[in-house]
Amino acid sequence: MSEKAPFTIEQFYKNINQGKLLAGKCVKCGKIHLPPRPVCDRCYSKDFDWTTMPTRGKLVTYTIIHIAPVQFQSMAPYAMGIVRLENGMKIPGMIRDVSLEQVRVGMDLKMDFGTCDASQPWPQWPRYCFKPL
Amino acid sequence: MNAKPLASIVSAGLSKFGKLEGLYAREIFAEAAKEAFDNCPNLDPKKDIRALFVGHMGESYEHQGHTGATMADWVGLGNIAATRTEAACASSGAALRAAICAVRSGLSDVVMVGGAEKMTHRTTPDVTEYLAMASDFPFEQWNGITFPGLYALMATAHMHDYGTTESQLSMVAVKNHFHGSLNPKAQMQKEITLETALSSRVVAWPLKLYDCSLITDGASCLILTTPELAKKYTDTPVDIVGSGQASDTIGLYERESLTSLQAAKVAARQAYEMAEVKPKDINVAEVHDCFTIAEIIAYEDLGFCNPGQGGKLAENCETKLGGRIPVNTSGGLKAKGHPVGATGTGQAYEVYLQLTGRAGKRQVKDATLGLTHNVGGSGATATVHIYRRA
Repeated sequence: MSEKAPFTIEQFYKNINQGKLLAGKCVKCGKIHLPPRPVCDRCYSKDFDWTTMPTRGKLVTYTIIHIAPVQFQSMAPYAMGIVRLENGMKIPGMIRDVSLEQVRVGMDLKMDFGTCDASQPWPQWPRYCFKPL
Repeated sequence: MNAKPLASIVSAGLSKFGKLEGLYAREIFAEAAKEAFDNCPNLDPKKDIRALFVGHMGESYEHQGHTGATMADWVGLGNIAATRTEAACASSGAALRAAICAVRSGLSDVVMVGGAEKMTHRTTPDVTEYLAMASDFPFEQWNGITFPGLYALMATAHMHDYGTTESQLSMVAVKNHFHGSLNPKAQMQKEITLETALSSRVVAWPLKLYDCSLITDGASCLILTTPELAKKYTDTPVDIVGSGQASDTIGLYERESLTSLQAAKVAARQAYEMAEVKPKDINVAEVHDCFTIAEIIAYEDLGFCNPGQGGKLAENCETKLGGRIPVNTSGGLKAKGHPVGATGTGQAYEVYLQLTGRAGKRQVKDATLGLTHNVGGSGATATVHIYRRA
């Protein structure tokens, strides 16, 4: 790939759709952006490299959503949290395949990549989630 | 304590908060404006008021954008400069900041600032969805988060890191409902018990129904002018002596701390420095209790107690009327109600009443210095203002 893929949210989800969790790393100052950004918010450089993120991490905090938005109502109650990946980067996501009573701060989780249906209306993003190890 | 005022409040208005059947935002705003005009007979609104800033969060509720001009129209201010500010639930806190800037710049010497929202005609799922628009879409909304959910994430972290309890969260609700019972304009004017709050149904664990603020219709406004001109309009102006506003990442997940709001801390520091006062000098405060955990975090971010001690402050009744620092004497967002765009200047209205001795049964004795803390979304915007009896 001579041309780098754009460092955008759209590209982030294209990567997820292919089973890859990638972040943008600023070549100039080294800051890692998860999700990627086209302009570094620290040094304003537009020069990035893709860098692979670990897909394992620990649950930093969570909630059990009982009153859900319309499109999630059939799934409620469900667990949702913020995960700190093994390299320290944080990302939010649903926690699935776990009994809700078992969810704990500090539990080990692994990302599960979703795929998206190309016929769905905007946005055509997959829904990743986290599952216990 | 002698900081030069930024601007002075010479009058204020607040509609009834609640389910205002058959009334739209512009009509409710006109009610609030009428109170402010009636209480200030020396003010000729059409001649004196040069600008209007209106906080309004969502077009979705009434299929109506362009709210600045709409409100100016409905309060009979015709051709003045009218602008809507939007910063989610901090929309009118941001409007207040803009109004202060307009007065300070000399461009508009008398300014009206307020906010309005009409929400109760929509279903709860619809309102949930509109409110969620104030959070990050691609990662938070997309993964099924809700607004109660975002504050629940902070509550779980606060409980984990500091040992804050669900019972302490509920105590904030009990206190604010007690305060609301003393406010004839509050949406909920009934006291609740700790058991009622603790046993209410779960919305987003650990937050239950009574940890959440209300869906409300309402409007609020203030009339601001320069400290020099204020004397022409009233013998009892309230000076604004400190103003802070700050932003943070739109995504909660990107923040270093999940147990405090950096934007609120920065805004508070700016306001305290400008006002040349310390947290211990504040006599009465209205803080953004969109959820009970938000009030506990506000105590800490505003310096009313040390980090992690907010739960105990509530438990010890230090923020109840009669306590060391009464917070949300109006009933707060929890009991007075939370018509999102109207909340920021609605808080200022309560502090204005307190500092002019007009707060009735909920009057804090000898209150001379007040504070408001208005937060947008999960903390991506915060405004803090400090007020002094002139």
